[in-house]
Amino acid sequence: MTEAKSVKMSYDVAGGDFDRAGEASANIKRMLQKIGIPADIVRRVAIGTYEAEMNVLIHAGGGTVNAEIFTDHTVINISDHGPGIPDIKLAMQEGWSTAPDYIRQMGFGAGMGLPNMMKCSDKFDIQSKIGEGTSITMEFNHISEDL
Amino acid sequence: MAEGYIHSVRFVREKCRGCVTCVKACPTDAIRVRNGKAELIPARCIDCGECMQRCPYHAVEGVSDKLEQIKDYQYNIVLPPPSLYAQFPAEISEDVIRGGLSHLGFDEIFDVAVASEYISLEIADYIKNYNGGRKPLISCTCPAVLRLIQVKFPELIKQVVPVLPPVEAAAIYVKQEAMERLGLDASQIGVWFLAPCPSKDANIRQSVDVVHTQLTGSIAISEIYGKLMRSIGSVKESKKITASSSYGMGWGSYGGELAAIGVKNGLAVHGIENVYDVLEQISMNKMPDVDYVECSACSGGCIGGPLTAENKFVAEKNLKLRLAKMREHEPSDRLEAMAESMTCEGFPKSGAYIKKLVPRPMMQLDDDIMEAMKKFERMEEVLNSLPGLDCGACGAPSCQCLAEDIVQGKATEIDCIFKLRASVKKLAQGMLELAKQIPISGGSMDLNDDGEEKDADKGSN
Repeated sequence: MTEAKSVKMSYDVAGGDFDRAGEASANIKRMLQKIGIPADIVRRVAIGTYEAEMNVLIHAGGGTVNAEIFTDHTVINISDHGPGIPDIKLAMQEGWSTAPDYIRQMGFGAGMGLPNMMKCSDKFDIQSKIGEGTSITMEFNHISEDL
Repeated sequence: MAEGYIHSVRFVREKCRGCVTCVKACPTDAIRVRNGKAELIPARCIDCGECMQRCPYHAVEGVSDKLEQIKDYQYNIVLPPPSLYAQFPAEISEDVIRGGLSHLGFDEIFDVAVASEYISLEIADYIKNYNGGRKPLISCTCPAVLRLIQVKFPELIKQVVPVLPPVEAAAIYVKQEAMERLGLDASQIGVWFLAPCPSKDANIRQSVDVVHTQLTGSIAISEIYGKLMRSIGSVKESKKITASSSYGMGWGSYGGELAAIGVKNGLAVHGIENVYDVLEQISMNKMPDVDYVECSACSGGCIGGPLTAENKFVAEKNLKLRLAKMREHEPSDRLEAMAESMTCEGFPKSGAYIKKLVPRPMMQLDDDIMEAMKKFERMEEVLNSLPGLDCGACGAPSCQCLAEDIVQGKATEIDCIFKLRASVKKLAQGMLELAKQIPISGGSMDLNDDGEEKDADKGSN
């Protein structure tokens, strides 16, 4: 009998708190490193999580990042109770952004967040309802490329 | 993991008071205080020298070769870096300082700054031809930063520019040149670096970036400073060599490398904490628009090294004044200025000598992933039971690190003084309970609630 072993962690993302931007992704990165996931995978998870974290911070006024690490893959779920995305197809297009000007001036809001998340993960799912919030799930297989 | 690590920082037990200042300052959590004394975890140490800089009791020493060792060689070449010249006021010309070095017994002097110019051009080329890979590219010249990348940011190895550190390139060049010119055997020639920091020394003993170092040893600037000062005082003739332009010399201080490479869209990051921070950001892809990042572990650049003698701000001033003087006599164009000093025939190209940087993992809790997961869960449990003050009284830098040490069987929960106090209280209560239960027999003593004897026959002995 094999035990389906996994480790779970959960982190809150505060809305609009740029000082703490990236804290959840940094924690998840550390967690993956402690468990011994290969460096290139850790990096992809960290980049994907960071993009998602920034989205929640900018658009949704806060949310939660859940990470579950299995021996052969990692699942990251980011959910919020923000305004929701009216047209997901449009939002998935590179360069599409609804970020306000002040956010763009800070170097964010290039409309690459969702496309980047999809690019760096092996499986990507997005669910969103207007007025209820958005939930993004990314899966990363632990198959390492050469460094 | 069986590979041993050779380090160039050494703790002096007699001087250490176990104050945990170094423990808290270490960027890789490589120090613990056990039984009142600081101890190094060799697999984690990157030889940055931060502990040396911070220790209030001078209980951390950098390993350095001694000047006397040059007697063992027939012909000695010394490689002074810009940080050596920065130790002296600009009124003392470089040629006079070189005269001082000759006087100390070195047969030949070659400025590391000259090599820096060759390396600058190699880096500029690499940046120009870099296509499609992740940005920014990262500087290769500070060995402590390279080791930090190996242990904490292995995912960034591909972004490190694969060229030789200037001092290694210089050593390869001067040794080969001297062997041919003088017909000497390699073993008869001593090539000595005057080091501002311990990380260069560690790199000679156990190199991370060069296949086979041609350096014989590194003598700390602080080791030679006093002798050199006296020697300069009695110098009758200065020594002329082919010196670098201001660009090579500028490498000694932060921003100098960027200037010599001629990269505008770059960052100059110095101080190990800042370097750590920026590498973390690069790792999360937060700086894709930056072309190049110059990193030095020491605050201020190499002039801020822990094995220097002069205050780093004074050294920075000294270097700036020297650069200004040099600029008066050189072409204003960067490449033209550098070309004037780049007259070394057959100066080595990095390609053939460079060693591929390899990850040095130290983060994972166990080689077995299942075991690592179990340990991680236990670690989080332990962490939640700790006070979270990161006071360092247990000898670990943070509650996080203590939790990890406990899970790894290297510490116990009562190393935490808060935990210890709680256990003592519990134990004391238990003892009191126990004491109350002692059966009263004959005239034996009894205790009241305060634990004091209230028996009459106290004076029975």
